[in-house]
Amino acid sequence: MAEMLIKNGFVFDPINRINGEKMDIAIKDGKIVGSVNERRAKKIDATGLTVMPGGVDIHTHIAGAEVNTGRLMRPEDHVKDVVRKTPLTRSGVGYSIPSTFVTGYRYSKMGYTTIMNPSMPPLEAKHTHEELNDTPMLDKASYPLLGDWWFVLEYLRKGDLTECARYVAWMMGTSKGYAIKIVNPGGLESWGFGRNVHSIDDEVPNFCITPREIMCGLAKVNKMLNLPHTIHLHTNNLGLPGNYATTLETMRALESVASGDKPVAHITHLQFSSFAGDGWGNMRSGAEEISKYINAHNHITFDMGQVIFTDTTTMTADGPFEYTLYELSGHKWVNTDIETETSGGIIPFHYKRNNAVNATQWSIALELALLIEDPWKMFLTTDHPNGGPFFAYPKIIAWLSSKKARMATLKKCHKKAQKKSLLPSITRELTLYDIAIVTRAGQAKALGLKEKGHLGVGADADIAIYNINPEKTDIARKYKTARRAFGNAAYTLKDGKVVVKDGEITQHVDGKTIWLDVQTAEQVKVDEEMKRRFKEYWTVEYDNYPVFDHYVKVPSPITVKADV
Amino acid sequence: MSIVKAVTCPVCGSLCDDIELTVENNEVVKVKNGCAMCESKYLGYKSEHRIRTPLVRKDGKFVPVSMDEAVHKAAEILANANYPILYGWSSTNCEAQRVGVELAEEVGGVLDNTAVVCHGPSILSVQEVGIPTCTLGQIRHRADLMLYWGCDPWSAHPRHLERYTSFTEGRFEDSAWKAYLQKVKAAAGKKKLVSAERLEFVKSRPRPQTQACTISGPPQTLKKDGRKLIVIDVRKSMTAEMADYFIQVEPNKDYEVMQAIRALVRDHELDVDKVGGIPVEYLEEVADALVNCNFGVIFFGMGLTQSAGKFRNIDVAISLIRDLNRRTKFAIMPMRGHFNVAGANIVSTWQSGYPYGVDFSLGYPRYNPGETTCMDVLLRGESDASLVIAADPGATFPKRAVEHMVKTPLIVIDPHMNATAMLADIVFPSAFVGIEVGGTAYRMDNVPLPLKKVVEPPAGILPDEEILKRILEEVRIIKAQKMAKQAEAA
Repeated sequence: MAEMLIKNGFVFDPINRINGEKMDIAIKDGKIVGSVNERRAKKIDATGLTVMPGGVDIHTHIAGAEVNTGRLMRPEDHVKDVVRKTPLTRSGVGYSIPSTFVTGYRYSKMGYTTIMNPSMPPLEAKHTHEELNDTPMLDKASYPLLGDWWFVLEYLRKGDLTECARYVAWMMGTSKGYAIKIVNPGGLESWGFGRNVHSIDDEVPNFCITPREIMCGLAKVNKMLNLPHTIHLHTNNLGLPGNYATTLETMRALESVASGDKPVAHITHLQFSSFAGDGWGNMRSGAEEISKYINAHNHITFDMGQVIFTDTTTMTADGPFEYTLYELSGHKWVNTDIETETSGGIIPFHYKRNNAVNATQWSIALELALLIEDPWKMFLTTDHPNGGPFFAYPKIIAWLSSKKARMATLKKCHKKAQKKSLLPSITRELTLYDIAIVTRAGQAKALGLKEKGHLGVGADADIAIYNINPEKTDIARKYKTARRAFGNAAYTLKDGKVVVKDGEITQHVDGKTIWLDVQTAEQVKVDEEMKRRFKEYWTVEYDNYPVFDHYVKVPSPITVKADV
Repeated sequence: MSIVKAVTCPVCGSLCDDIELTVENNEVVKVKNGCAMCESKYLGYKSEHRIRTPLVRKDGKFVPVSMDEAVHKAAEILANANYPILYGWSSTNCEAQRVGVELAEEVGGVLDNTAVVCHGPSILSVQEVGIPTCTLGQIRHRADLMLYWGCDPWSAHPRHLERYTSFTEGRFEDSAWKAYLQKVKAAAGKKKLVSAERLEFVKSRPRPQTQACTISGPPQTLKKDGRKLIVIDVRKSMTAEMADYFIQVEPNKDYEVMQAIRALVRDHELDVDKVGGIPVEYLEEVADALVNCNFGVIFFGMGLTQSAGKFRNIDVAISLIRDLNRRTKFAIMPMRGHFNVAGANIVSTWQSGYPYGVDFSLGYPRYNPGETTCMDVLLRGESDASLVIAADPGATFPKRAVEHMVKTPLIVIDPHMNATAMLADIVFPSAFVGIEVGGTAYRMDNVPLPLKKVVEPPAGILPDEEILKRILEEVRIIKAQKMAKQAEAA
């Protein structure tokens, strides 16, 4: 069938330890193979170009109720970035909360092929999946929000990990989710009555459980279920000065669950959890303390949550944090609490260079990414759109790989932030190999996606080719060239099809939706008692709650065998 | 005979999903758990007004035609139109709405839904100040204060109180139904007395004029334990009869009253005696109740969005909630009318970025209510064709708008021969969403629920989604032919 050969590119495939070797990549039927018939295969001449696996994004809010409410409330965001209909592509709007089609196109143009949508309230999971069906060009998955779900709180409090695990397994299939997402554990339930938790040992009102117990409990459940990803954690006290101490405590608490070098948690958008100081006035970076700990431990992975200086939209399930932002900014504020499960909030936000706090945040994320020595631990994200829109990734690549690039930006920042920044003392510059780790290989590995993030035989033929000649271009000096190249892939291949050429969409393809079918020895009993309890907890019927198969256009379930 | 459980009711925005239907010989014969509106829809939808075949107007009269012919004619109208409007969408499923956005984009038209004459102003206010809200279950579990402003759920969303607010048992709050039962009984008794009195004396004695502002219900009720129900409205509605506290506001004075409450919540002194005809002491009672609850919620309806002030009313209502959140926990929610008007906004937003009034005429979505809603376009007399689906603007739009709509070719997709269909040039009969075809709808709190197909549609009658897909396909063929012809000519 469809055979293809990518010839002569400089290949960066860190999972297979290939560092810029000149070689050919063979594709057959959407998968990477050892070889193809040279004569018959369609050829792409990648001479002088960089070939990488398709980009993988471990954390980006692109679909679902929250994102859509963000779209609805911000016409002023759309009007500055409109996208015309073409014979191949749908119209839409862009900027910080792009319409679904535009999201797919823009990721694809950057060479990304797989994204993870990190916050899905199970009650509204159908909405998320409907939007993902309309997000083309990408394979995608979602993390259901389970950290403040009443079932989890109740079983963990009882100490019944097995039953908790069964319900989590049930929920993965029911909501068609991929990983356990925990946001401000305990804080969201407290927010139901307008309160919050302030340390990992604060008790959650009405439930007699602490954030520590929730995180460690779910991390254990995650292990019992053998889920491919770890728990995906948004820490307590996120976005508040001095919270690096909470983050350190969280990491230490999770040591109890760890065994060996296998990660047991992923702390997401670490920048927002690494503030030192005791108020906004003296807020400073906690990157040094945090990275010191991380360099000495292997049980957690991270992503950056880089801040971009622009007008963006913050949205998170952390309702109390968005309320704090509302109090700070007085801006238009959306709060959405979801019964028995979670909460959510949205605030537009403009990160400014000449604001000391914003500029420090910008610096923190880069400090973390550069001070954490192992690139397999720390991945490139903006927590789109919280730190900034995803289409700014090429800028971040430039900052990470070029001291010149980041110093040029730092020079334009608020004086106070400049003085406090650790960046001038850091000389590390990420190579193309490192970039391939932090933008695809590392993320795929942390997610446990075996067919993504590499170019070995059997991998999905999701490939990005960039217009960079590593023999001629030193990206540390020519950072603008790198920025351009990573923003407009020379080619993007999705399942072996060329979907982007020279930064333009050449074909509209539907990506797959990945979810977990977790098989436990004994399943959750769905009897009248369960249905009655269901009726008590939610305002919808049990029969109408699941995401039925027809809600997923191109299904790609992964079967997981659990230990319980 | 079969019984279908957990059916989602396709009538109002409450989207009750616990309906039990008994189906016999492809017909619904019994409805359990539903309200009067629900029952009348399920039992009465097969009326004599049902359209049985596609119709095309020839020489002023409707003539039955084949589906293919109707599709071709409709596609021709849309493909040749310069600035068509595509309106309705609120009583169909999201699957049809998705095709609708694509069709509007393909023909470069104006896509609009019934929110434009309904909760459009609420959306404008959300775009101004945001909205602190929650799902209905959150209210069931936690709310100890409900305020219904400018809406009458007892009549328009009959099971709202029973399923989601005052009369429901939550984890942290109990149902208040017993107290209300006594109250309703007393009110019914009183009504009977009054009507008997009226029957006897109506001819001999003129009825006393009701005062513009009457305050009823002793304020003490606000100090009771448990869930409290406050109603603010221009008339004493059925819901108001049951309320712990009812404030009758003069028509079009909601804005002032709300601002006054807002000032009181912010601890400002008011140096007037009355606002909107209501003595300030009463407003103080309300403000106290709002501030002192654990979890409060305001529901609002057309009484706020479509009375004087329009979106400014909602603006101040949401601002009041923002203020209240600094004191306690508060939420606000629009009482959406049609069962899937929320879905129409949601689908339009994820595909185009905008919830209603989206203009695709420039090749990309553009949104500027006041300029780009179908009402604006119709009143300016600019549209040159219309497609109306799952709505009845012929009966609800201003005369001038309907006049222009009728002047240009009009395509209607609807199960019934409604007022708009009677004015149409082409009519497509469609299957009843939620009865004869399934799909997805969004509740007033944006929770998606599946609709069920419980009976087969009449022979030859297609779902909205299918009809739209066929029209879209035909439009593309016609456009391609046109392009080919132009290329040939060149």
